[in-house]
Amino acid sequence: MDSYYKPQDLAKFEEIGKEAPDLAKKFFEYYQAVFAEGELTEREKSLIALAVAHTIQCPYCIDAYTQACLGKGSNLAEMTEAVHVATAIRGGASLIHGIQMRNVAEKLSL
Amino acid sequence: MEALQAGRQIKPFHLALAEHGLRLDRQQTTTLQVNLGLRCNQACRHCHLDAGPHRPELMDAATIDQVVTYAGRSHFKTIDITGGAPELHPELANIISRLAPLASQVILRSNLSALNDGSREFLYDTLTRYQVVITASFPSLNESQAESQRGPGIFRQSVEAINRLNALGYGRVDSGLTLNLVANPAGAFLPASQAQTEKRFRQVLHQKWGITFNNLFTFANVPLGRFRHWLIGSGNYDRYMDMIAANFNACAVAGLMCRTLVSVSWDGYLYDCDFNLALDLPLVRGKTHVSQMDGPPEPGSLIAVRSGFT
Repeated sequence: MDSYYKPQDLAKFEEIGKEAPDLAKKFFEYYQAVFAEGELTEREKSLIALAVAHTIQCPYCIDAYTQACLGKGSNLAEMTEAVHVATAIRGGASLIHGIQMRNVAEKLSL
Repeated sequence: MEALQAGRQIKPFHLALAEHGLRLDRQQTTTLQVNLGLRCNQACRHCHLDAGPHRPELMDAATIDQVVTYAGRSHFKTIDITGGAPELHPELANIISRLAPLASQVILRSNLSALNDGSREFLYDTLTRYQVVITASFPSLNESQAESQRGPGIFRQSVEAINRLNALGYGRVDSGLTLNLVANPAGAFLPASQAQTEKRFRQVLHQKWGITFNNLFTFANVPLGRFRHWLIGSGNYDRYMDMIAANFNACAVAGLMCRTLVSVSWDGYLYDCDFNLALDLPLVRGKTHVSQMDGPPEPGSLIAVRSGFT
């Protein structure tokens, strides 16, 4: 295996249903329902997905939702801001744990 | 889900039609599209006609006369004037004034920058007098995205042109002056939902620049001309072809423009649509000059289709 991640595997996503078709069917139906137009537009949902994709660092999702965002009418400036939102939350999640560090340090310190 | 589904095997368009039991033929032809030439002040990267400042092709006086005569004997509902940038044709005002009495409506396809470059003020009078519908290119709300497709400075010029048209009454309620926008993708992807895009453009354009318009249409880019060259050069061609083939929509065939439109080129030859004009793919009956046609193509006659997916 020359690489764990291959772009062409993205097209094979539905093959995951081969051994467990009922579960896959439920998952894909749910997935489609989630991304359908609702209180949020499809465009907004794709921007959220793009930000989450960067948070979980899934290359398939980043590829797919970069394409989806463009296809739903978003532009690179909006997509970059979405990635910054993910980055801020990730960075903030680290930083807020600094309070835990401070709590422990303060308890132990004179 | 569509974002996580990739392309399938490409099937030529004519086979896709056959597989669905579809026959691509004409209904009553109600629109005459008139291509005044390939000269344009812009050289958009998606242009399927390769139009640009370097192109000399313009409809000559004799062909204009023949097109007007043809329109007179054919009773089209709509005359749809395009190019290139039709504003660069020195006779555009005269052409509009001759064609307008022959149809219920005249549409001018405008890139906006040619209309509002300061050298064609007289056109506004002609456009408002004949209540010409303006269908204008406005691909993106984002300046850099729009200009990656259409060239530097075009976004601001387009906004200024629409402001000017709005001031004349275009796109305003009850003015009788219709301004439609066309948004097409700035890259190798398909357009967003027309309804959602129209809603967002209406909101953002009004909020940022006080712009109003009547309708917004989303068009896909067709892999011909300059866009095809870009697709190949950028390594996107195969993926794009897979994508458009995979998105073949049998339900859309009934409403294809070519079923009710005939396009006349700057040199007077007729085509089923602008894309067949770009391909030089003539009517099924053979290469036909406008002077040889008695009227619109017959209902039921087949639309010319190349063996590829266009």
